Amino acid sequence: MAKKGDFVGLFLILSSAAAILLALTMIFIYAPREAVMGDVQRIFYFHVASAWVGFFAFFVTFLAGIGYLAGGGRRWDSVASSSAEIGLTFIAMTVITGALWARPVWGVYWTWEPRLTISAVQLLVYVAYGMLRVSVEEPERRARFAAVYGIVAFVTVPLSWFAIRWWRSIHPDILTGGEEMSITPRMAHTLLVSLAAFTLLYVALLRQRVRLERLGDALAYLRSRFERLPR
Amino acid sequence: MNFVRKVWAIVAKDVVAEFHSREVVSAMLVFAVLATLVFSFALDLRGDVARVAAPGILWVTVAFAGTLGLSRSLAREQQSGCIDGLLLAPMDRSVIFFGKAIGNLVFMVVVEVMLLPLCAVLFDVPLLQAGVLIVMGLGTAGYAAIGTLLAGIAVNTRAREVMLPVLLLPLAVPVLIASVRAVSGLLEGGTLADVGSWIGLLVAYDVIVVVVSMLVFGYVLEE
Repeated sequence: MAKKGDFVGLFLILSSAAAILLALTMIFIYAPREAVMGDVQRIFYFHVASAWVGFFAFFVTFLAGIGYLAGGGRRWDSVASSSAEIGLTFIAMTVITGALWARPVWGVYWTWEPRLTISAVQLLVYVAYGMLRVSVEEPERRARFAAVYGIVAFVTVPLSWFAIRWWRSIHPDILTGGEEMSITPRMAHTLLVSLAAFTLLYVALLRQRVRLERLGDALAYLRSRFERLPR
Repeated sequence: MNFVRKVWAIVAKDVVAEFHSREVVSAMLVFAVLATLVFSFALDLRGDVARVAAPGILWVTVAFAGTLGLSRSLAREQQSGCIDGLLLAPMDRSVIFFGKAIGNLVFMVVVEVMLLPLCAVLFDVPLLQAGVLIVMGLGTAGYAAIGTLLAGIAVNTRAREVMLPVLLLPLAVPVLIASVRAVSGLLEGGTLADVGSWIGLLVAYDVIVVVVSMLVFGYVLEE
């Protein structure tokens, strides 16, 4: 199991590294310079890709939570918690790259642009999910609570999205008003490659993270056996 | 006993217990009044500024006072051992959810009944109109529903009371935005139809949260 796992895992890591390199090359060489925003717009490709992975990761946590509650066992909980952890990283990247992009383009680090706002809300949901896991000691109960929270949290995302979007449309923001980037085919290609690269990276990370969880379990089990040995 | 009567039994139990001790509602109420005053001092609320800020302050106060009541309501079940009785009773877990959620809703409404006139006077806004009351009811129902589910989780964690707001507030974002915007719209002279999309959002939130909570509440209570 471990040997085979290593091979697939290694393949995923190497291929995601290659894909990220390709995406970087395309971002800086292949993609054209955006006419209005200039070079700073190139952050867009990683910004969108990390947002996609962030939300997708929470969807995986949601599905794994359902799987766990339906009687799926420990493995589903590992997937749920690993995916949430990775999602937290990527959604944090989304918010940070969003702020970095906003500064030169709109003049401020933070605007209540709907997509940026919902990412920030999601970031807080992920943090709450993590804090919940940390503050429940008993593993079975932790898994159950985390699954419930992951499900409820995911279900409220679309409602948050509508609420935030309508809230902004009622108070139109002059800074972001009428800003719709026109995307050239080369930009679209670069974006697609970035999305694929980040998705691959997500799968590679998820696999390693779940494996780590399993090894941790195995270690805990061995340790408990060892402690019970007569010395 | 049918479903409604079982739910009613739990609600009645909570109301009677609260009537005897009066510890939860009184604490929520005093906190709500204090919070309103603190907001007034901190933001120096007078005149037009107060009128614009009123819906937001009202809802922040309701939300924070709500978390006090929610965590007490579930913690009390555990400390008194009443939760074991509820779990042993021959009924579906969703009955417990509805019973507790409606009980919490009642307590929050009691606080709001006192808070609304206070805010209306302090901030000089016509809060006591049918539209505002409808919005308050819909928003509070959704908040109490998801709050009851999450309070069930929070009381079983190490951090307990600290955990509930952390879990609850990010998921209550739609309720808070929709309620504040709807109340603002009504105060600016709009009709219920003008804030229809916000009310629709609140109704959708209530329905979704109640259905999902009903389905998963049993997993929260499992021992």
